[in-house]
Amino acid sequence: MQKTPNQKAWFLVLPVLVLVAFSAVIPLMTVVNYAVQDTFGNNRFFWAGLTWFDDLLASDRMWNALGRQVAFSAIILAIEIPLGIFVALNMPKRGVWASVCLVLMALPLLIPFNVVGTIWQIFGRVDIGLLGYALSAAGIDYNYTQDAVDAWITVVVMDVWHWTSLVALLAYAGLQSIPGAYYQAARIDQASRWAVFRYIELPKMAGVLMIAILLRFMDSFMIYTEPFVVTGGGPGNATTFLSIDLVKMAMGQFDLGPAGAFSLMYFLVILAVSWAFYTVMVNLDKREG
Amino acid sequence: MDWMAWTWPTAAFFGVIALLLITFTILAIRFPETPRVGVLRIETTRGDRLFITLLGSAFINLAWLGLLGANQPYALILCMLYAAAVFRWV
Repeated sequence: MQKTPNQKAWFLVLPVLVLVAFSAVIPLMTVVNYAVQDTFGNNRFFWAGLTWFDDLLASDRMWNALGRQVAFSAIILAIEIPLGIFVALNMPKRGVWASVCLVLMALPLLIPFNVVGTIWQIFGRVDIGLLGYALSAAGIDYNYTQDAVDAWITVVVMDVWHWTSLVALLAYAGLQSIPGAYYQAARIDQASRWAVFRYIELPKMAGVLMIAILLRFMDSFMIYTEPFVVTGGGPGNATTFLSIDLVKMAMGQFDLGPAGAFSLMYFLVILAVSWAFYTVMVNLDKREG
Repeated sequence: MDWMAWTWPTAAFFGVIALLLITFTILAIRFPETPRVGVLRIETTRGDRLFITLLGSAFINLAWLGLLGANQPYALILCMLYAAAVFRWV
């Protein structure tokens, strides 16, 4: 079929362009402007050059928050991806129970972030929470408001509870799309369960798993509400991740300049990692298709 | 536009980026190209290489500021070398 090129169709993209300009580009430009200036309020600004970038790069504050953030993302990815795959492999493939499982798995995904935070905040309390009370009754010294390790465990378990189903559902969709012929061929060759997983299921799931890793990385790297509600970044600074630190700087101390510089560096890291993931994903598709 | 707190350097910065985008759009229309595979073993077009250049330059500037902390304009020379390398080999 002969297609006639019609570049006027680009005008149909204009509404999206305007929307993105208002919701992302213009605010981001303002952040860049803030990052090189100092203000004492009243919308009066003074040129500061690269001072804020210099200060932040030299201070421990941002590096520590970045370290905690990377550790958090690495931990939850290391738990959620294998666990999600495991759950997906064990879910029923058809029938009533498949639907029941799907609905059950989708439930945590439907709960708003701050509600998840509140649930776990109460769940973990030693005086009235089921988890905290049971643990202390069993003789385990658990207190997420005072012990950094407990706070970390609580925040990590909360994220695993909230988001593993997303990985599981994506992996399940990937599994469902594998034609039965592959399994038949594997059975004829007397392939072991592990070989079936390693050479059929895992390669066929690679695409959706990349999407799952990308989504979970982005979300966990930007996480704010849940740890803020549960621990408020404490005890001390133990669970102060990048977003929490950034909001403290911008809204708490109202240091717009440093917060602007912080945001830009945060943004650059996310942009770089997302680009890397996206590129890998696109190239995986090309190799398959 | 007062609330956006514009300064001349930031306006110039965004102006340069806008100019680059417009230039590359015109280039893409006037001289269509096929993507090629470079040292990163991924398909890239001119636009992709521009993105890699800009993103990398941001990190080069930050690294210069964090490690050396002086003579920031010289970082731009390094960025130019980086840009040339990206457009030649990536």
